[in-house]
Amino acid sequence: MLEIKNLHVELEEEEKAILKGVDLNVGAGSVHAIMGPNGSGKSTLSYVLSGRDGYEVTDGSVTLEGTDLLDLDPEERAAAGLFLAFQYPVEIPGVGNMTFLRTALNAQRKSRGEDEMSATDFLKLVREKAKALKIDADMLKRPVNVGFSGGEKKRNEILQMAVLEPKMCILDETDSGLDVDAMKLVAEGVNALRSEGRSFLVITHYQRLLDHIKPDVVHIMSDGRIVKSGGPELALEVENNGYTDILEEVA
Amino acid sequence: MALPQVKLDATEARLASMTLPEGGAWISEARDDALSRLQAMGLPSRRDEYWKYTRPETLVQPGAPAAALFDNAEAPIFSSLDRVKIVFVDGVFDAEASDDLTLEGVSIERLAEAGAADIHWAKDVYGVLETRGQDPVERPLAALNTAFATDGIVIHVTTKASKPVSLIYLHGDETSDAVLHHVIKIESGAELTLLENGPAAARFNKCMEVEIADGGVFHHVRAQGRDHERRAATHIFTRLGEESTFKSFTLTANGVLTRNECIIELTGDNAIAHVAGAAVGDGDFHHDDTVFVTHDALACESRQVFKKVLRNGATGVFQGKILVKQGAQKTDGYQISQSLLLDGDSQFLVKPELEIYADDVACSHGSTSGAIDDTALFYLRSRGVSAAEATDLLTLAFLAEALEEIDDETIAEEIRERLENWLARHRS
Ligand SMILES: Nc1ncnc2c1ncn2[C@@H]1O[C@H](COP(=O)(O)OP(=O)(O)OP(=O)(O)O)[C@@H](O)[C@H]1O
Ligand SMILES: [Mg+2]
Repeated sequence: MLEIKNLHVELEEEEKAILKGVDLNVGAGSVHAIMGPNGSGKSTLSYVLSGRDGYEVTDGSVTLEGTDLLDLDPEERAAAGLFLAFQYPVEIPGVGNMTFLRTALNAQRKSRGEDEMSATDFLKLVREKAKALKIDADMLKRPVNVGFSGGEKKRNEILQMAVLEPKMCILDETDSGLDVDAMKLVAEGVNALRSEGRSFLVITHYQRLLDHIKPDVVHIMSDGRIVKSGGPELALEVENNGYTDILEEVA
Repeated sequence: MALPQVKLDATEARLASMTLPEGGAWISEARDDALSRLQAMGLPSRRDEYWKYTRPETLVQPGAPAAALFDNAEAPIFSSLDRVKIVFVDGVFDAEASDDLTLEGVSIERLAEAGAADIHWAKDVYGVLETRGQDPVERPLAALNTAFATDGIVIHVTTKASKPVSLIYLHGDETSDAVLHHVIKIESGAELTLLENGPAAARFNKCMEVEIADGGVFHHVRAQGRDHERRAATHIFTRLGEESTFKSFTLTANGVLTRNECIIELTGDNAIAHVAGAAVGDGDFHHDDTVFVTHDALACESRQVFKKVLRNGATGVFQGKILVKQGAQKTDGYQISQSLLLDGDSQFLVKPELEIYADDVACSHGSTSGAIDDTALFYLRSRGVSAAEATDLLTLAFLAEALEEIDDETIAEEIRERLENWLARHRS
């Protein structure tokens, strides 16, 4: 599904290397987790994958189902099936949550040559998905993320994911800021979307989310590289012993 | 004080070809007075402090600079509303295109008719509010209007009007120079919505005086623009009685030069006055909102909300003043003016002013100029919305606070639609 080869990324503004040769291969239908110390480059990887300005790819390649992602605009990547649940979801005053969701969904459908979804069908779809995530009608009416609590913002990201049904979902610390119940809701939301044709890359600091969303592979990122990969037990090791042992071992 | 020679010359040049229109006794007197006022102050020149950001020459010169007619193929705004239509073509009333001027509890006359009578109630308003608005800042183009306007609409409202009165200004002649003067009197407890739309003429000088008695309500929504090369200088003078309401919203899209002045006097306790505007300009576009609000009673509320979207070297101007007179305690005055600059060539010039002589007041004002928020843009694009559509969404979001000043949902929706269409036609 997602294939990252030897990805090197620098900041555009200053000559500072952030990603220093990332290799990652997420197969169709699988769930990969990335853990790693603060500042190791996890969010940078997610931004580069989704096409944010400000980064320069100096080497390497990224493909989604064989399509070169790096040549595409962010909206084209979204239409190709990529989705990023932001670590810090953005507040957009003046743009209603529903308007936003509908514009996004119809833009993607249009670019895939599909018809726009009717207003009634759309309303039905969103209501159903929102209910599962315990997002109330009031939140849907409000401007995008404005005045949402940290946890509400994260749930709103998952709602967008559920409505847009992407193929490749990247979740950047979607669990941080969530209370125990909200974490369960989010995990259920993700699990409901799991299917053979859909893959997940879950960035997290905590084992707890991975209790609910069972990953197939866990990677450890440090200083811009994947330094170790393993099964779910790797996450447990991090939870119990921190990164020191692992990093020393690979150093 | 003697006027500077340039001013004398400019005023004389403009007046040379003009003669005061014929009319009944009351209006002739008002016109004579207005002409004297005008001659005493002279027409505006670029040296005037009040015209620092907007060059008045083309508004002042004899004869209108030509303005090509523009057809964007959109149906005229407000078409779907149930309303009393009153049509002016290049500033001339068009009886055939207009509806009957009848509306229950509302008397609607042409100024040409009201002015032919020797006495008329409009005498207490026509030129009267304009004169009050000449102090402390002179507004010579309004005096010119009072002196030379031959037509316009005179409305007396004694009830809650069942539908809006809609003034439609068509532009047919590329060098038309139109002058219209409207007088509106809202009686105690009465209510009217007035709509205006259309480019009107190559050059348009319009003055509107609105007297609102205690408890009266006046809503005004105007969609100004359309023709790229047209020029307009407009004035609204309003005086509000106790617990009365004045709400005015203007959409301006296109127009090489627009100066909209709004002069509000809150003279009765607990009155409310809101004036708002959304302007979108691309290229050769200069748009000036000049507002003067005087609080002269207890516990009145005033709001000024102006938003401008500027691109390709367009210019926006905002001059807004809140004057709180002695004794106008519990005044609540708010003013915000903001521009969204879609490129580095466009500019926004502002002069917000507060002058307060009462001690128990809450007044705030703010002004900002900014670009599209990159983070928000990326967020929208990452969800599949194209850069152009995302920019439009964020632009509409920027304008939203001004549109919220329109109480009527249907009308607000029409305005929003116009803006959406305009933005879609003006993408980079
Ligand atoms: N625009 C930027 N300007 C300056 N430094 C940047 C920028 N973007 C990223 N960095 C730096 O790159 C490094 C990686 O940041 P990144 O946000 O990817 O880390 P992370 O692994 O997601 O950390 P965390 O676990 O705290 O979220 C950090 O040292 C960060 O300061
Ligand atoms: Mg991060």
